[in-house]
Amino acid sequence: MDMLIAWLVRTIAFGTIIMYGALGETLTEKGGNLNLGVPGIMYLGGFSGFAGAYLYEISVANPNMVLAAVIALVCGISASMLGGLIYSFLTITLRANQNVTGLALSIFGKGVANFFGAYMLNGKIATQTNVYHVFHANIPALAKIPFIGPVLFGHGFMVYAAIILAILMNHFLKRTRAGLNLRAVGENTATADASGVNVMRYKYLATCIGAGISGLGGFCYVLDYNNGIWATTDQIEALGWLAVALVIFSTWKPLSAIWGSYLFGLLYWLYQFLPSILGLTVSSQFTDLVQMTPYVVTIVVLSITSIRKKRENQPPAALGLAYFREDR
Amino acid sequence: MSSGYAIELRHITKTFGSQVIANKDVTLSVRKGEILALLGENGSGKTTLMNMIAGIYYPDCGEIIIDEDAIEIRNPRDAFAHGIGMVHQHFKLVDVFTALENIALITDKDEKYDLKSIRKRAQAICEEYAFDLDLDQKVYEMSVSQKQTLEIVKVLIRNVNRLILDEPTAALTPQETEKLFSVMRRRRENGKSIIIITHKLHEVLAISDRVAILRKGEYIDTVDTATATESSLTDMMVGEKVTLDIARDEPVNPTKRLSIHNLSITNPEGIRVLNDVSFDAYGGEILGIAGISGNGQKELLEAIAGLQITEQGASIEYFPAEPEGHTEQLIGKTPREIRNLGVHLSFVPEDRLGMGLVGAMGMTDNMMLKSYNKGATPLADRRSPRQLAEEIKSELKIVTPSVSTPVSRLSGGNVQKVLVGREIAAAPSVLMTAYAVRGLDINTSYTIYNLLCEQKRKGVAIVYVGEDLDVLIDLCDRILVLCGGHCNGIVDARHTTKEEIGLLMTKLKEGAENE
Repeated sequence: MDMLIAWLVRTIAFGTIIMYGALGETLTEKGGNLNLGVPGIMYLGGFSGFAGAYLYEISVANPNMVLAAVIALVCGISASMLGGLIYSFLTITLRANQNVTGLALSIFGKGVANFFGAYMLNGKIATQTNVYHVFHANIPALAKIPFIGPVLFGHGFMVYAAIILAILMNHFLKRTRAGLNLRAVGENTATADASGVNVMRYKYLATCIGAGISGLGGFCYVLDYNNGIWATTDQIEALGWLAVALVIFSTWKPLSAIWGSYLFGLLYWLYQFLPSILGLTVSSQFTDLVQMTPYVVTIVVLSITSIRKKRENQPPAALGLAYFREDR
Repeated sequence: MSSGYAIELRHITKTFGSQVIANKDVTLSVRKGEILALLGENGSGKTTLMNMIAGIYYPDCGEIIIDEDAIEIRNPRDAFAHGIGMVHQHFKLVDVFTALENIALITDKDEKYDLKSIRKRAQAICEEYAFDLDLDQKVYEMSVSQKQTLEIVKVLIRNVNRLILDEPTAALTPQETEKLFSVMRRRRENGKSIIIITHKLHEVLAISDRVAILRKGEYIDTVDTATATESSLTDMMVGEKVTLDIARDEPVNPTKRLSIHNLSITNPEGIRVLNDVSFDAYGGEILGIAGISGNGQKELLEAIAGLQITEQGASIEYFPAEPEGHTEQLIGKTPREIRNLGVHLSFVPEDRLGMGLVGAMGMTDNMMLKSYNKGATPLADRRSPRQLAEEIKSELKIVTPSVSTPVSRLSGGNVQKVLVGREIAAAPSVLMTAYAVRGLDINTSYTIYNLLCEQKRKGVAIVYVGEDLDVLIDLCDRILVLCGGHCNGIVDARHTTKEEIGLLMTKLKEGAENE
């Protein structure tokens, strides 16, 4: 039972990270931009959030933890949006190839985070900020309820914020004029343009805000999931690609990203919990194989949606295409 | 002082890149409360000109005057702000949206987003004009005429004063066309202005007050429709040309090479692009194919080359030049099998590089595209393609630094010479070319014509799809005229006139009319 609870708790915390990553990328892709820089952006968001809180903590005698959390959030989101801005400028204004630019941004983000991270670490293997307490805060009375307490109420606010964000994004895309316009830009840019939509503005905003949201995934990983510990790590990159896979898995629907992210979390941690719940011992080679399941599931979903050919489940039709009005 | 003009264009010039002049010093005007038809051959710059009013393109120079003010239209939003709306030739619709969402997309960005009130307004318009439109239907489930109706509802809901319709009737049935015309007449009565582009001359005469004519990007004249006839308009559209002198010989001993019966094709959009076409092509003869672009020429050639799926009952028979060869049925054969029989297609698309040549590769490599699977060893033979490239280069006087220079760097005319030269070099027994001189200057065109004549003398059956009627008459032996996918007649090129072909192009003969 304890194992099951631990598994579910881990699942939700883990799922939240990739949910942010996927929600941001969904918004970006709805505007027709395929930003493969999600891993890099998550590095930027995670590292900048950590750096903001850490530098504030060591430079003030009595740091206010709530203020530290706000600083961390502002730093994390703005650094991620800056990453998105670089991508936007290259792909939207200069019409560079989106795949190449995205991959370059992935490498760039990871490099920047690990380079400046080395200064923070200052020779140590890992360093920690105390701001994670704010991100872990929950309502103790609710969290103590057996089983459902830790699973449903034992998390910090970022977990619930992700779900609210997904619902809001769904509402935005489906029920607002701006959402309609954005979808039109991603589906058929020339049509949106001819209808009087300011294509450049929509693409820039969707990509930059999307990057900001994706960056929160990395932010969550460092300051919430990883208890505020910064260490040179490859894990964020893996999570970034998982987020990109989740966008496809959810067929570009924010609401599907909610359960999809938890399913990915469940599958990702399958290797650690399932054997002990079932009372099995497994060789260590097996774990890598099991960690692969989210990707396998994504391939299966891609195959199914491709076979069914339902138009609503396809990627935005203009995804990955640069737009120039006077093109002939 | 009121000029009474809704839109005036003064000295508008628009170029694409350094070579293509789409519009040159065009000055024309539309009065308030009139329907102006804009007429011109394909590529005469009609759509480009209209796109400049609608804010899609920005003119290089010249001015657009609305209500006596010179205004700048930088984007479609500016156009809407000045009451200009355009129905584009290619649908501007989002496929995964419903009709209603597509309508909502075009409504004023400042008004409240309320699908219910937009639905009511759209329904009111559909009722007023008796349009049959399901607002909840997704666009990808719609037929072409439903999409066209949706496009028209879209501009009507914007309530624009200056409406541009770019070939709105191309996909409509005669009844739907009549419905659209009644909408247009009602708007004219309310003092609104409409510009319509259409290739159908009888429609021009039926609906418009005046006709403006463009030719090769230049403004020719505006005439009152009341004084115009189909042939007077065709004359102005096609214009006087340099008299061509092509060394055309009488066909020597023509032998039947291709025999086509009952060829019909329905394209993926459900339109019947070719309708029961039958004809023969002879070796030692040039068969011209005339028709307004998009009347089935491309599909016809592709069907012969094995690139199109034909409908049941069609037959394409090939009679080899060698006496011992036996008749072959081409339908059901792969494009490669057809090629190996000696039936070659060189299609010059609008962008030239889109089909047939790879822009980033040099002449040699482009020659190899057709020969890579020949040769005895697994390694590709590069030597003979290079020789061939050198031969074509010197024979056709292709201007290129070397045969390995990427062909995309060559000028358009030279690219075309590579394309046509490669097909001729393969010594085909049937050579089909489409728009072989598209965009070429007069001298290069001559080279190509004379190359074709030379092939004809060698006994090759040539099928030539062309746009220029003068050339067709001077180059070909017989001319097949396509109209709306029907074979509208085969005329003897030596005893025909431009007017006769022009009429066949635009007006289906009695009895050939469908639905």
